[in-house]
Amino acid sequence: MEKFQTLHSAAVPLPLENIDTDQIIPARFLKATTREGFGENLFRDWRYHTDGTPKPDFVLNDACYAGQILLAGKNFGCGSSREHAAWALYDAGFRVVISSYFADIFRGNALNTGLLPLQVTDAELARLFTLAERDGDTQFVVNLPEQTLHVPATGDSFHFDIDAYKKECLINGYDDIDYLVSQKPAIETYEQNRPWTWETKW
Amino acid sequence: MPKSLFDKIWEAHVVKTAPGGLDIVYIDRHLIHEVTSPQAFDELEARNLPLFRPARILATADHNVPTRNQHLPIEEPLSRSQVDKLTVNCAKHGVELYGLGHARQGIVHVIGPELGLTLPGTTIVCGDSHTSTHGAFGAVAFGIGTSQVAQVMATQCLLLSRPQRMRISVDGALRPGVTAKDLILYVISQLGTGGATGYFVEYAGSAVRALSMEGRMTVCNMSIEMGARGGLIAPDETTFAYVKGRPYAPKEAAWDQAVAYWKTLFSDEETVFDAEHRFDAAAITPMITYGTNPGMGIALNGHIPSEVPASEVESFDKSLQYMGFQRGESLLGKEINYVFIGSCTNSRIEDLRAVAAYVQGKQKARHVEAIIVPGSKQVEQQAIAEGLDRILADAGFELREPGCSACLAMNEDKIPADAYCVATSNRNFEGRQGPGSRTLLASPLVAAITAVQGRIVDITQYLN
Repeated sequence: MEKFQTLHSAAVPLPLENIDTDQIIPARFLKATTREGFGENLFRDWRYHTDGTPKPDFVLNDACYAGQILLAGKNFGCGSSREHAAWALYDAGFRVVISSYFADIFRGNALNTGLLPLQVTDAELARLFTLAERDGDTQFVVNLPEQTLHVPATGDSFHFDIDAYKKECLINGYDDIDYLVSQKPAIETYEQNRPWTWETKW
Repeated sequence: MPKSLFDKIWEAHVVKTAPGGLDIVYIDRHLIHEVTSPQAFDELEARNLPLFRPARILATADHNVPTRNQHLPIEEPLSRSQVDKLTVNCAKHGVELYGLGHARQGIVHVIGPELGLTLPGTTIVCGDSHTSTHGAFGAVAFGIGTSQVAQVMATQCLLLSRPQRMRISVDGALRPGVTAKDLILYVISQLGTGGATGYFVEYAGSAVRALSMEGRMTVCNMSIEMGARGGLIAPDETTFAYVKGRPYAPKEAAWDQAVAYWKTLFSDEETVFDAEHRFDAAAITPMITYGTNPGMGIALNGHIPSEVPASEVESFDKSLQYMGFQRGESLLGKEINYVFIGSCTNSRIEDLRAVAAYVQGKQKARHVEAIIVPGSKQVEQQAIAEGLDRILADAGFELREPGCSACLAMNEDKIPADAYCVATSNRNFEGRQGPGSRTLLASPLVAAITAVQGRIVDITQYLN
């Protein structure tokens, strides 16, 4: 996983609530067996007509907005557990999603992908939408070690929370799998000491 | 100190608590399928890690398989390659595969319980959010992403924060024509699509206790639709009777030992939950959804809300525009084009029996295409053994072969743009059943009656 420390970027505002993973990446695009290439179908049915031509009113097709930060309404990433949703956002160049609420599985998948799910309050999110929509060039500064989101042009500054362990993983580019593999002796001891074995064959 | 059912199972599976407070949780059963596993197998190979406990993994092909002519090679090249990759990976790594052509192939959340792999007190994961289905047996079961699939393959463990606990109690008797599906659609409509995010839900109360295992699976299946990490129900005699004698269930002395343990799996009386909701079963009516998330449900004879909170207006109106509905309107009388009976929510033998019992001697409306996709080969065989296949065929319903099918439309089973489909599945998201498709979630009984009437009706007037 790539390291994440700070990011200076404009933001793409998508002020809809309950954006589900089927919108982020529709199931019909989940047939690939690698992690790459999902970005081209990110928000596919909001972004393109069925003939493949762009829908001009969708924000990703609006030349006024670009950047590595997606700003989205609350309960972002609900629905399916497909990690492909996080991969698609990452593949399309996003490194941070800001919302006032993330679905659990999406949050975990994003953190495992190197995509920061940055949670703010509803009021803060409303303010961020105002800033981003008013001027697509507005810069946002995400500082993960400090756990702050800063807007230099206006002086707005917000604190965000993140699990201390996942923060370390992102900053250093560590995956859970590295840690878990290092714990195999403890896992084997646990297996031997179980009251019964839960074998799959009896 | 009193403990909840969830905590009893969780604590029995904590290998150790890592510095920082996350738990290393041991996973008893890992179910995999063709869509969310290939990148995990690749990750292990790239890291040169072996599968740690391949005997604890069971694989099936379900998401991406055709529901016609399963004996022939899959026509669509990408689907075929994904299913082939699963076959190759399972053979290479010693994972048991219930793939196409196997007598027990089917939807992962249907075959786990059928095989007796799903047992009370176990931890079960799968790269699929509807893994919560297995909670019906008193298991801690939840969906995971592909990175976590790789972690479980490599270590049989996950690094997790313990969720909060919520109890949802439904007491009293369900009214005629009201099923487990209506119960859960009602609960989700009350709590909203993010109403249980961060929680693990225990379903309790006399109405839940009275449900069959199939009904309990339907309820637990949709826990994720209100954001819950999972949902579970304390095991009881109904559970034990279902599990006993299944291929992977404990036998003889091991069975007695297992049941003795399983009888300790309930929430102690004094348990304090982080959140608690109570509902009256008698208040629940047959339900249907009108919008583009499962929380947008109403009584079948009710009305779409006229007002919503200011922050939700944009999303709400976008949703109604997509569905072609108006605020405040009733759905009764709306013409329907498709009826889909299937998915891990409602594709079990009890669901097929409910449909067959209603449609026997009737005919579907001419303009409706009605398809039934059984959850597994076992369900399909049982339906044939009971003669349900003929009843359904005579009524104009097409009985397909097992798979996830039009629930997520990864295969060729798609609902066309702008068409209305009453579906027994779990999600009504935009485009879920195909680009532009419009999904209305309901019970198998509501779906059957809708197929016959050709439009949405107040089913209480049509019950046999």
